Amino acid sequence: MSDIFRGVWVVAYRELLRFIQERSRLFSSFAMPLIFLVIFGAGFGETIGAMVPGVNYLQFMYPGIIAMTVVMGAIMSGISVVWDREFGFLKEILVSPLGRSGIMLGKSVGAATISVIQVTVMLILAPILNISLSILMILQLLLVVFIISVSISGLGLLVAARMKSQQGFQLVTQIIIMPLIFLAGVFFPVNNVPLWMEFISKINPLTYGVDAIRQIFLGSEAAAALSVSIFGHTMSVLEDVLVVVVFGGILMLIAIWSFSRQE
Amino acid sequence: MLCTLLLPTGGKATVNGFDVVKQRAKVRESIGLVFQDSTLDEYLTAEQNLKFHAYAYKIAKTEREQRMNELLELVELSERRKSKVSTFSGGMKRRLELARGLLHSPKVLFLDEPTQGLDPQNRRHIWDHIHNLRRKNNLTIFLTTHYMDEAENCDRITIIDHGRIIAMDTPDKLKDSVGGDQVRLKAEDNIKAAEELRTKYGISAAIDNDEVTFNIAQGEQFLPKLMRQFDNSLLSISVHRPTLDDVFLKMTGRAIREEEVSFRDQLKKMGRRGGH
Repeated sequence: MSDIFRGVWVVAYRELLRFIQERSRLFSSFAMPLIFLVIFGAGFGETIGAMVPGVNYLQFMYPGIIAMTVVMGAIMSGISVVWDREFGFLKEILVSPLGRSGIMLGKSVGAATISVIQVTVMLILAPILNISLSILMILQLLLVVFIISVSISGLGLLVAARMKSQQGFQLVTQIIIMPLIFLAGVFFPVNNVPLWMEFISKINPLTYGVDAIRQIFLGSEAAAALSVSIFGHTMSVLEDVLVVVVFGGILMLIAIWSFSRQE
Repeated sequence: MLCTLLLPTGGKATVNGFDVVKQRAKVRESIGLVFQDSTLDEYLTAEQNLKFHAYAYKIAKTEREQRMNELLELVELSERRKSKVSTFSGGMKRRLELARGLLHSPKVLFLDEPTQGLDPQNRRHIWDHIHNLRRKNNLTIFLTTHYMDEAENCDRITIIDHGRIIAMDTPDKLKDSVGGDQVRLKAEDNIKAAEELRTKYGISAAIDNDEVTFNIAQGEQFLPKLMRQFDNSLLSISVHRPTLDDVFLKMTGRAIREEEVSFRDQLKKMGRRGGH
């Protein structure tokens, strides 16, 4: 057991070290969401106006973009495994006494920690968008971000468990993961869309991650009309997180199993 | 398999007394590895790479600092400890990997073609380190190489062909096993010379490339005797102690095999050094 914990922190520690040392990653992690916000916000903001009374489009989209950053970061935990495999470092990890599950969870915790840092930086934008923050809210947000990130990295790690090349991983990301992100309610609420889209969105676990983060930002009352409702029941933050954790947990288990068998 | 990266399809193996299937964690703690391809994190510094290793192998802090200093000194990388590995040359990387493989004081060190792709200076360097290590530590070194001259350094050599062990012995005994020394001579009439060798000494000699060649044990003592009594006029004569190259060729055949999979196993020759 202690081997697994050591694995988690050693691997996560290295992920962080890498993140801090690569200036470009540090920068792009912040620039990408900003670009999305500025372009989409400016493009749609005027046309759409208020989503519900008191929530304009930018205020709606901002939590969505934050959630998107978290989801992308979590998926990237997978690319980090593929990267290590391609450049050989994975072997160094695999021949060490660290357990396989510790390695996978370490990648996941590493990605989650990076997400927490990114989200903290992105909070600077909140006052500009007239979103009020409180200490309690920030703590709740960062906790939820961490949990969601660890869970969703299960998806990235599952894809990566047997993937040999980064190109392969990018391809899977583009045809499976990007659509999932777009259908997760980042740019529009998932309640007023064509039936087929609503169906896909509501079985898409990422939707619940986005919803949880948005509810924390906008407060459950303001967000009520925009939140995901299943058969008339509006999801609460806790229920949202639970959905993501169960889904991510299952994928993580399969990922660890698949990874241990392969390596 | 011995490094626990692959599961054996059959049979049993132990490393440092631990079973490679049932006691994987124990095996992993007892071995150090240097792979053929670099397994360093190039975006981190030399020191960070070593630290990662120390954490992964649960080395206590005081011991870690001391071992790191010692080993960086040994592989002559102390001044570059804060540089990123991506700025290192191939030889430096290999040396750093050697240091890393030794950081947790393994009982068995596996080296997979440690000098592959390095220039002669670096090769020499790496081998000096290996000799050094062996002298100072109680360490078994298990290495694979396809440079036969490197295999000469080993206490025991195993030749593997198509996944099967075809020979395992000390370098000297292996050389004897190919039929002693090889003598090459040129005579005015090679055919007659070969004929004379056959009738006088019962040696079956082969003629190729204007030369008569045959194998004989203790060639150096045979030559003077031969020269005194030989009727044909000799132009040149030489005796070769067989090299491991000859042993290898003799045992695995001369043909270059085309199959992609066999590229590694045909070139692969495993040497073993006992450190005791």
